Amino acid sequence: MSQESISARSNKQTQGQEVDQQAINVQGTDAGVDDLLDEIDSVLESNAEEFVRGFVQKGGQ
Amino acid sequence: MSARRLVGLETEYGIIRPSMPKANATVLSAQIVDAYAQLVRQGRIHLGAARWDYSDESPLQDARGYRVSRENAHPTQLTDVEPSVGEQRVWDAESVALDAGDARIGQTIYQEQDSNEVVMNMVLGNGARFYVDHAHPEYSSPEVTTPRAAVLWDQAGDEVMRQAAEQVRLLGGGELLLYKNNTDNKAVSYGAHENYLVPRAVEFSSIVAGLTPFFVSRQIFCGSGRVGRGQLGQDPHFQISQRADFFEAEVGLETTVNRPIINTRDEPHASWEKYRRLHVIIGDANLGQVSTLLRVGTTNLVLELIETGNAPVLELDDPVAALQQISHDTGLRATVRLRDGRLMTAIDIQHEYLNAAEAYCAQHLVTDADTTEILTRWRRTLELLASDPAAAASTVDWIAKHQLMTSFAQRHQVGFDDARIALMDLQWADLRQDKGLYYRLAARGRMETLFSAEQIAHAVTSPPEDTRAYFRGMVLQRYPENVIAANWDAMSFSLPGARKLRRVPMPDPLASNRAELGALFDAELEISEFIGELAKHQSVG
Repeated sequence: MSQESISARSNKQTQGQEVDQQAINVQGTDAGVDDLLDEIDSVLESNAEEFVRGFVQKGGQ
Repeated sequence: MSARRLVGLETEYGIIRPSMPKANATVLSAQIVDAYAQLVRQGRIHLGAARWDYSDESPLQDARGYRVSRENAHPTQLTDVEPSVGEQRVWDAESVALDAGDARIGQTIYQEQDSNEVVMNMVLGNGARFYVDHAHPEYSSPEVTTPRAAVLWDQAGDEVMRQAAEQVRLLGGGELLLYKNNTDNKAVSYGAHENYLVPRAVEFSSIVAGLTPFFVSRQIFCGSGRVGRGQLGQDPHFQISQRADFFEAEVGLETTVNRPIINTRDEPHASWEKYRRLHVIIGDANLGQVSTLLRVGTTNLVLELIETGNAPVLELDDPVAALQQISHDTGLRATVRLRDGRLMTAIDIQHEYLNAAEAYCAQHLVTDADTTEILTRWRRTLELLASDPAAAASTVDWIAKHQLMTSFAQRHQVGFDDARIALMDLQWADLRQDKGLYYRLAARGRMETLFSAEQIAHAVTSPPEDTRAYFRGMVLQRYPENVIAANWDAMSFSLPGARKLRRVPMPDPLASNRAELGALFDAELEISEFIGELAKHQSVG
């Protein structure tokens, strides 16, 4: 499905209006996605299962 | 008609001590708030603060015109008293020992501290409230009047939390991790509430009718995304909203059990005759600045439509089921049934509201910059959601999160039931900027931001200038040694030589702003003189 893949290319086409330009620096290449995923791999907490299991909260509003 | 309105945003943050997963959450939350109070006292940050004053709270008043008795209320609804012996079920022996009370009259937070005292509830020099709410640290933003300002002072809250956690670490209290999310995926949810000032003359029934279909569907552009369906997250599918599966009623007073789409708490924190404060509990906490902007801005416009009798008439057959059905459909094609038999998608419903708002603004020549921005972004977002949702990733939190997880799952050849996907769901909301996945995307320019780090840092120490938050924040900055207690509606001062506290009420949230009082602060008077001049000003005003 199209929304399940990073489509920076279509991002590039649909923006360009005034409010977007200041902030978006689109990385429009697959290399950008690979690089991003490398970073995600490196910042994720180790031992995912245990970490997620340890995140227990008490009631809130 | 405009996207401007008096608004305040509250966020309860998730909190853990990773080295001790079973640590008492109330104690951890108190550590966060107390560490920040120490930062303030030490003057390490340019910021004043004072203890909270509970005397104007009325959490059991229902907007439908009655009051729930204390005996019939859920214990967590009693938010108008100091959390102490009344909340034994949340408190263990350790935290009871810490409970020395924090609104002791006659003592500011700057005075010599009893070493056992822990500050659990205070007001900051930017006009916000920072406190322990049940088992979470909470930041309630100062009152603002534009959607952009709502975003800025909400982001300032994230920064306050980060600084507090850093201070805990520096004090040797270990590492505390904070999360701007709304569930632990183990049956517990905590809120990110929005508060909107509404004229009391507006019939509450019209608010319920006008807002319900809007709240059920607005998640498509301001949901934060969640992996797991059901309150236990037992079914490992991605859904649009953090909160949807925790709602069980259409209208009600509760916020912690049997949660309603429309909350009826009628506690205006302002002149009762003129205003109500609409307390909105259905939203997700957003890290994304544009998701927050649209959440607030579109809601402001819809409230105006309701107040002027221009809201579209849409009656959902089953709002709670529709809320969850929409949240569970990332393809955005699910249709929900209306009482008149029509079937509509969330995008269709949102278009009805957008069209009504555009028509009204065109007819009444509303052209202010805030309204124009919200209408433009609202339309563009709905069009993208209909044609190419992936292209909305830089402004819609759930889409950015979903894309990232999908790419990750493809790279590692795993499904959404993989533990690392669940970890990504959690770590998306980690407030540490070098660890939080939202921040890693933002650092690469993949999330559109409206404010720089410098602007957010300024909002940590400065109040908005166009509401009473200006007075609240400024007196805490200029006269911190004299402010004994503070809340949304009033400030209490101790004056040299005076035996009684001097309480200054602020019944109008839009008054006591810089335009009214800026010159008085600029005069740099001594406190008694300042209060004297203020009294003259108020009697004239």
